Amino acid sequence: MRAVTVVGGSLAGLTATRALRDQGFDGRIVVVGDELHTPYDRPPLSKEFLAGTQSVDDLALTTPEDTELAAEWRLGRRATALDAAERTVVLDDGERIVADAVVLATGARARPLPGPMPAGVHVLRTLDDAVALRADLVPGARLVVVGAGFIGSEVASTAAGLGLDVDFVANGAVPLERALGADVGRFCAGLHAAAGVRLHTGCGVAGVVGSDRVTAVRLTDGRELPADVVVVGIGALPNVEWLAGSGLALDDGVVTDSAGATSLPSVVAVGDCANSHRSYTGGMLRLEHWTNAVQQPVGAVAALLGRVHTPAPHHEVPYFWSDQYGHRVQFAGHRTPDCQVEIVEGDPAAADFLALYLDPSGSPVAVLGVDRARSFGRMRRRLGDRLTVAT
Amino acid sequence: MIYVGAVSDIPDGEAVKVQGSVPIAVFHVEGRLYAIDDTCTHQDASLADGWVEGCAVECPLHAACFDLRTGLPSGPPAKKAVRTHAVVVSDGEIWVEESVAVEPRFPVGAGASEHA
Ligand SMILES: Cc1cc2nc3c(=O)[nH]c(=O)nc-3n(C[C@H](O)[C@H](O)[C@H](O)COP(=O)(O)OP(=O)(O)OC[C@H]3O[C@@H](n4cnc5c(N)ncnc54)[C@H](O)[C@@H]3O)c2cc1C
Ligand code: FES
Repeated sequence: MRAVTVVGGSLAGLTATRALRDQGFDGRIVVVGDELHTPYDRPPLSKEFLAGTQSVDDLALTTPEDTELAAEWRLGRRATALDAAERTVVLDDGERIVADAVVLATGARARPLPGPMPAGVHVLRTLDDAVALRADLVPGARLVVVGAGFIGSEVASTAAGLGLDVDFVANGAVPLERALGADVGRFCAGLHAAAGVRLHTGCGVAGVVGSDRVTAVRLTDGRELPADVVVVGIGALPNVEWLAGSGLALDDGVVTDSAGATSLPSVVAVGDCANSHRSYTGGMLRLEHWTNAVQQPVGAVAALLGRVHTPAPHHEVPYFWSDQYGHRVQFAGHRTPDCQVEIVEGDPAAADFLALYLDPSGSPVAVLGVDRARSFGRMRRRLGDRLTVAT
Repeated sequence: MIYVGAVSDIPDGEAVKVQGSVPIAVFHVEGRLYAIDDTCTHQDASLADGWVEGCAVECPLHAACFDLRTGLPSGPPAKKAVRTHAVVVSDGEIWVEESVAVEPRFPVGAGASEHA
């Protein structure tokens, strides 16, 4: 193998590039990324960076050592097509990059509300999004956060900390209901309430009011919430449209096996754009987790190079964290709707606890910790060991 | 010197946190004691809460691994080393001597531009 093209110049793309070199590949690597920025870390965009306690420099993912990767970066250039037979990536300016293998790491983008939006309505996925939003988060301003997933929850938390007046619109009964379940969602609702954030549950958004600039958000129950700023956090869509017609199997992302191999030889997909088979669940999952984007490329690159890679069992357990209202929430495993939650340490009322998600047979399939990093870490490993026993 | 506790207070494979000029984590690994700065150099996490494997601790947040003997990270996401501190045991009691300066140290091969 003499040349590899990596499409997507962010966390998974950079990690794949490092993994190629770590695993001994000394050929040509071209990294194509449609953002102008060198790779940066996204999690702080809704946390420290938005709060103003981290700078752009703090977000940098690359280190001085990365110059030794000797990769050719094509930043600000978008891949528009993949010619799989030739393993050729076509860029927006017509350049065709031919290689022996292709790593797809195009991530995901924020899902917008339909239709044109007045100024003051934001999504949050990129550094540019975060810079624009931060400029609008002035103390005393009225912020409406639409969508009670992780981005919405963290933005509400950060904005409340900055002294904004926050309304939080959730279509479920509690925030994070889908990810964490109703019990833990109720705990999260309590965190918002304690910070003075008004939670509006069980309703959606009927429309955004304002001609030049947003003035209100109209809810499906007919109410209007006055707004100076709106953040829409209603999920993310995988950036895979450009791959239509390439012959790749696509289904909510690029379909891959557990190592990241796609339906086409010498093409792998990793990170937020990959809908992969997961040995932990035995099914397909597209994970939008930082840790997945740093672990999956290592195995995918090994597969490309024909090397054997056996991930540590606990790396097979999906994991993410979230920071809200000064509390660190960590989750590992996979929750199904029929899980029962059992508090095994601490007390949710004190915002300090460890909870297990038990499947109908009573065995733990996921763990959640709030400010309990040590016991969380142990339970995360035990979930991984469970996998070793099961297989 | 910072008093840590009795040797018997830290079971093998465990760590305790003490307060120096910054929080310091003291680890017990197979009969040996190591002291390093407790806060991960990547973001905000306590290494005393991490997973100890051999002579390294894995950060509980994003899994950067630090060598307990040198403080050096084995790779991303951490870029900088944590400080290490001398551990003194006398009469079964553990004391830590905090390294004087909060001098930044970098992984081998890191460019001088990191000092900026
Ligand atoms: C605000 C925010 C907070 C988060 N917080 C957490 C957290 O607390 N914990 C956690 O576990 N995870 C968190 N995440 C998720 C985490 O950041 C992602 O899982 C991670 O960024 C995925 O990396 P990736 O490289 O796969 O995709 P991305 O980071 O999306 O990168 C993909 C890159 O490819 C580029 N690209 C797309 N299409 C093309 C194309 N056709 N040609 C060229 N380039 C293209 C994109 O512009 C982008 O630069 C957060 C995400 C966001 C946005
Ligand atoms: S905080 Fe330790 S690795 Fe990120």
